[in-house]
Amino acid sequence: MTSLAEPFTDPFLQRALVAGVLVALAAAVVGTFVVLRGLAFIGDALAHGVLPGIAVALLAGGPGMAGALVGAGVMIGGVTLVTRSSRLSGDTAIGLLFVGMLSLGVVIVSRSASFTGDLTRILFGDVLGIGWDDIQLQAVVTLAVLGIAAVFARPFLLLCIDAESATVAGFRASRYHALMLALIAVTVVVSFQAVGTLLVFGMLVAPPATAALFAHRAGTMMVIAGVIGAVSVWAGLALSYAYDLAAGASIVLVQVAVFFAALTASTVVERRVPAGAAS
Amino acid sequence: MSDAVRAEGVAVGWDGRAVVEGITLSVAPGTTLAIVGTNGSGKSTFLRTLVGLQPPLGGTLEVLGDAPGAQPARVAYVGQFHPQGFVLPLRVRDVVAMGRFPRLGLLGRPGPGDRAMVEEALGRMDILPLARRALRELSGGQRQRAYVAQALAQRADLLVLDEPASGLDPAARELLTRALDDERARGAAVIHSTHDVREAMLADQALLMAGRVVAVGPPARAVSREAVIATFGLVLGDLPDGTPIALDPGHAHGHHDPHDHHH
Repeated sequence: MTSLAEPFTDPFLQRALVAGVLVALAAAVVGTFVVLRGLAFIGDALAHGVLPGIAVALLAGGPGMAGALVGAGVMIGGVTLVTRSSRLSGDTAIGLLFVGMLSLGVVIVSRSASFTGDLTRILFGDVLGIGWDDIQLQAVVTLAVLGIAAVFARPFLLLCIDAESATVAGFRASRYHALMLALIAVTVVVSFQAVGTLLVFGMLVAPPATAALFAHRAGTMMVIAGVIGAVSVWAGLALSYAYDLAAGASIVLVQVAVFFAALTASTVVERRVPAGAAS
Repeated sequence: MSDAVRAEGVAVGWDGRAVVEGITLSVAPGTTLAIVGTNGSGKSTFLRTLVGLQPPLGGTLEVLGDAPGAQPARVAYVGQFHPQGFVLPLRVRDVVAMGRFPRLGLLGRPGPGDRAMVEEALGRMDILPLARRALRELSGGQRQRAYVAQALAQRADLLVLDEPASGLDPAARELLTRALDDERARGAAVIHSTHDVREAMLADQALLMAGRVVAVGPPARAVSREAVIATFGLVLGDLPDGTPIALDPGHAHGHHDPHDHHH
């Protein structure tokens, strides 16, 4: 264990650990709704839809986070517009915007002199290059995400059953659906610097999906996802330090590996204890 | 006391196209209305309109003296289709407790009274032993009991239930009948749909639908042999009391048309 703790004596790895854990906590809460509502595709699309916004911001020398927020807004607005003004399904609308925004982002980045470096940084993050300023903002946003999820837990939970349950109970489904998308967008935007736009999606889906295998309540699912996410950040950083691997990708790879290990374990348990035997 | 539901020449439907027109009826507090018809007859569309899930296309419709959907805390609804729930991490008690959400709103803390109503609802549908079980571990009939218990826990002034007996075994149907009787006895209006004419005979009023209003009124008058033929297309026989027995062709094998509530 000493060898795994050793890298965290370096300040840049300490910052990476704190930033990664903050991302893991926000992603655990928001990702629980993503998994329960089957919003993985829009989550993925948001993670990529922010690319052109970040690219423009970086080329113009502005803050990448502001560009990402604009990109997320365009993505959500575009999906809503296409779904409403055509008979196409939400999936098709998301797919169209997804490839469109991703291509636009790559085209814009290709105008940059350091094309490959910039693209890699946006897609896979730069968790080791994070400063305390970034962490402060992340902490504020993570707290806000947790607070909003707590306040709106009831309509969010009803939405996980279906939109009609929320509407009939007096919570306007479209309003809370938009709020949920905004939470996903904000989580993606504040996370992209730490783990990159491509990998923030892994953070949103893998730990909550693992938790869903075992949890019987949404709150429990969030706690399990948070613990898995945080431990994965620590393990991924330690592995990347020990074996000189890409930090962000190592973190997500650990999370996905944990999911498959948990899936195997739950399958074995279910075979030993047939459904219905346990009460 | 004013009516729980008052409808005058109401038209209901989808995308501006009427499925049923000319629904005129009133349901008083403490009474029941059973809506009888085949799949696609417009039952679900009318019920969904009552709870504000879709707007009426014409006529005047008042629910508890207000527009449909305006008083969510006073109206409990059990729809026909529930999510399969294989990923939903919900225990049965949590599902039933959701019945208190409309009264509690966003931040209201459930008190001892709320918890007591949840326990009582679990008991009335005989699912107390399942209270700690995950919803996804239950059979379809057990889940249906949980959703009915959710509606009971709401202590609503109007209960709107779309085929609440579907998927229930005879014992659970008996529990449902008793529970709805109790709701009526405490003064709530109960509106439910069914494929079974015999269930409609137990209600204070019956509404027979077949893409139009076939008959409405006290069952002894509304459920005539002619009305049942117009509703179902055939009558298989009569019970000793003269009630015609019908078999809904679309429902003969317990088959649910997933598009029933659409067009």
